[in-house]
Amino acid sequence: MPGNPKAVALISGGLDSMLAAKVILEQGIHVEGINFFTGFCVEGHTHAIRKQDRMRAKRNNALWVAEQLGIKLHIIDVIDDYKDIVINPKHGYGAHLNPCLDCKGFMVKQAKLWMDEHRFDFIITGEVMGQRPMSQRKNTMPIVARESGANDRLLRPLCARLLAPTHPERMGWVNRDQLCNFSGRSRKPQMALAQHYGFKDYAQPAGGCCFLTNEHYASKLADLWQMRHNKEYELDDIMLLKVGRHLRPRPHFKLIIGREEGENNFLEGYRRQYTHFRTLSHQGPTALLDGTADSADIRLAAQLVARFSQGRKSRSVQVCVTEKNSTPQTLDVVPLSNNDIPAGWYI
Amino acid sequence: MTRHTLDARYLLCPLPVIRTQNKMKDLSMGDLLMVTCTDPGAINDIPAWCRINGHKVIHTATVDKEITITIEASQNK
Repeated sequence: MPGNPKAVALISGGLDSMLAAKVILEQGIHVEGINFFTGFCVEGHTHAIRKQDRMRAKRNNALWVAEQLGIKLHIIDVIDDYKDIVINPKHGYGAHLNPCLDCKGFMVKQAKLWMDEHRFDFIITGEVMGQRPMSQRKNTMPIVARESGANDRLLRPLCARLLAPTHPERMGWVNRDQLCNFSGRSRKPQMALAQHYGFKDYAQPAGGCCFLTNEHYASKLADLWQMRHNKEYELDDIMLLKVGRHLRPRPHFKLIIGREEGENNFLEGYRRQYTHFRTLSHQGPTALLDGTADSADIRLAAQLVARFSQGRKSRSVQVCVTEKNSTPQTLDVVPLSNNDIPAGWYI
Repeated sequence: MTRHTLDARYLLCPLPVIRTQNKMKDLSMGDLLMVTCTDPGAINDIPAWCRINGHKVIHTATVDKEITITIEASQNK
């Protein structure tokens, strides 16, 4: 038995993982946090690109939680390793493209690798039995423990008293009586515990912490896969799915059109990688073209971009088009009208 | 003391923090790292990461939407 057992806590930035870590800290255990970046994480900053969301707190909630708890946080980039989970989930998808059960197993497995490498003794998560339809059910919790390889080194402090004693409990490192027995979807026990600990400011769940649970996002990812005839993706692909209007006027290309200044600025960062459009005669969006396009396609794309500019009702809009590795050219185009844009073009 | 730079422009949270965290592993105590980013959240997050890991932010500046944060590495990595 180690003299001073150490726990690594999966910190999402939400209330549950914060409370789970606090419950263990209160028992005098050394806790450090770990947070995984998959590329699909919903973060305040992604929202903060848009002007309408600029009043939201611009903070990384996992870092903020770690600071409130007074623990170190290790943020790990798992973008590449995570691809197989999204592309080939052994346990399938949830309502959209969310592979929640595989995801939880993957994260605990990554935590187990980190634990072994850094000589920590057990893993804690903020899971609550019955809270999530896929990954947090009584019959799926053992799957996560088993498939991650963590087995009984995985302790869920918020519902531990409903589960069999784990290694840290049996070894006496953790007092089981001071763990919780939360279950179900009600948030009241967590809120009461937060109040007990004096936590007044914490992230409220709002549609989950993962874009893969978002219907619109999942549609765009499914479109990307369908048009490429495979389920591969790169980080830039999945970041761009979070931003702008996505329209596919032809099977071989789509347009990503900024909806306001913040998104335009973000898309500007990709202008060297994509054919891109800017309106010159009127204020308008920055747009990227993803795919291949001939001259007729480029003109159609410019007309679409003009539709979303201040010149949408003008007879002609000047659009600057810069194809990859080419000099910019200026096109005078008639903006498409709403009637010219089939609903099916919107992804 | 060695000066290092990190270009984290156009990266969204938490990538600027991750790149900073990974770069700091290569620094010795007293070395300086100047991170350049465009995500407005970095002005909060990189200092927060420094606080919980014992590093010191010695300068921040924002010019034309570009944020620069200069960090002095501590022994506590």
